[in-house]
Amino acid sequence: MSLLSIREMETNIGQYAVLHDVTFDVPEGGVFVLLGRNGAGKTTTLRSIMGLWQPSPGSVTFEGRDITGLVTADIARLGIAYVPENMGIFGGLTVEENLVLATAKGKFDPTRLRRIQDLFPALEKFWTKQAWSLSGGQKQMLSVARAIVEPRALILVDEPTKGLAPSIVAAMDEAFREIAQTATILLVEQNFNFARSLGRDMAVIDDGRIVYRSTMKEFAANTDLLGQLLGLSA
Amino acid sequence: MDNLSDTLGRFGGVNLLPVALAGLSFVLIGAPSSWVTLTVAGLSMGMMLFLMASGLSLVFGLMDVLNFGHSAFISFGAFIAATVLAALGGWLDSDSVLLASAALGLALLAAIAFGLAAGLFFETVIIRPVYRDHLRQILITMGALIVSEQIILAVWGGSPITVPRPPFLEGAWIIGDVSIEIYRVFAFALGAGVFVGLMLLLNRTRIGLLIRAGVENREMVEALGFKINRLFIGAFMLGSALAALGGAMWAGYETLITPALGGEMMIVVFIVVIIGGLGSIQGTLLGAIIVGLTANYVGYLAPKLALASNMILMMAILMWRPSGLRPAIK
Repeated sequence: MSLLSIREMETNIGQYAVLHDVTFDVPEGGVFVLLGRNGAGKTTTLRSIMGLWQPSPGSVTFEGRDITGLVTADIARLGIAYVPENMGIFGGLTVEENLVLATAKGKFDPTRLRRIQDLFPALEKFWTKQAWSLSGGQKQMLSVARAIVEPRALILVDEPTKGLAPSIVAAMDEAFREIAQTATILLVEQNFNFARSLGRDMAVIDDGRIVYRSTMKEFAANTDLLGQLLGLSA
Repeated sequence: MDNLSDTLGRFGGVNLLPVALAGLSFVLIGAPSSWVTLTVAGLSMGMMLFLMASGLSLVFGLMDVLNFGHSAFISFGAFIAATVLAALGGWLDSDSVLLASAALGLALLAAIAFGLAAGLFFETVIIRPVYRDHLRQILITMGALIVSEQIILAVWGGSPITVPRPPFLEGAWIIGDVSIEIYRVFAFALGAGVFVGLMLLLNRTRIGLLIRAGVENREMVEALGFKINRLFIGAFMLGSALAALGGAMWAGYETLITPALGGEMMIVVFIVVIIGGLGSIQGTLLGAIIVGLTANYVGYLAPKLALASNMILMMAILMWRPSGLRPAIK
């Protein structure tokens, strides 16, 4: 059974119809990648799953439960974390406060905290610093760390490598591999090499419609499709 | 320029502004006793403005709501406290400090209780339907302010009402040539206590953490699993209660109040919030102290400029720092 099923999802933002009949399944475990060009509807898909924009019509099913129409807070409590494109960190709060806010009871699970500190050692160094003073890469680490400070079944991640230095991208790659061992990741990404290295299954969205679904291995091997759907040359 | 800014930052940065203002006015005023009296008056006025404005700043910053009806809570707080004090006149007139204190405490509690209840009603009935729509917020909250003033007129009448003070807060302490009004010291101490309480709430509790996070990014707070609407109601009720408390204290300060009180205070309260920076309690305190000191110093040095002084101050600060002195979001 799929962890997440999206059926005929349509989302309008104001008077604009952004998603049309989006349908795909995210299997449990590993990294599922949603690819697409700029403005194709990737971010809107994640936001619609998270309830930040309400799809109408269409349905979203998570762990067999229909979550369409639930408010964002209830969706999050079911075990879905969101790492937005702008990272969504609270700049006026310290690194510690950003993380403690994401815990269910205001206290860290020592094992999970140790895991976060192992994955992102830089965060421990800036533990009591306000988050606005972090570098772009450190902010992204904090945003991802916040998503795993509690056990989550599904983590929605929107373009985590955008604007990051290659060394940070490599660190992110390693972190996502480790995280994917205990949670499913739905990754939206434009950096195809990063997506290819992590992804097991994938879909391509174009102009608000899912236009292709397969395994990442199959897709990456088809240079014609890469060019046609993503504008990538061999 | 950067070096100067860094050096000032190490010594307190914009927090030094009230000190600089006091230092400059000391030179201009010349007479130390007058300067001390004006400074104490400015600080106590600032603390009362802080009480009135802190809630508005939170509501503005957290909920992105332009609540022009905020001053209705100030007015009602003032009139309810005045009514309770008048009803307990016997306690105030007795020789017992305990009874007089109880009368004052009950008057302030009545104002706070009204603020909490009215805040709940206001947020649920008036504000909630107009979230994310500033134009409708301005129209509906201005309308609510007018209705509130009419209710005050209907209940308390249009004539000015005298506000009795407990005898132990009457008079002044005379230290050499300096006269310090006791009520002003009390107002300052109460405002300082509320500031400390708010800072503890914001920095030492989970609710406070949520409010600070919500001021920055409401959407993300929801994505972490928190229902922001509940936070909104709580923050709005707290802000309304603080405004009512500020109104009650202001009533005792002025000792004569009219139904126009709220409207008169509204502009000053907005100036404080804008100068301080939206959503920031420290910024609101800083803005309130600067406005309080400026009003008193300018009132003494150039009385004809007194009315314009706050506007000039706001323009100068916004030209220097468009987001205010200490905005919550950097």
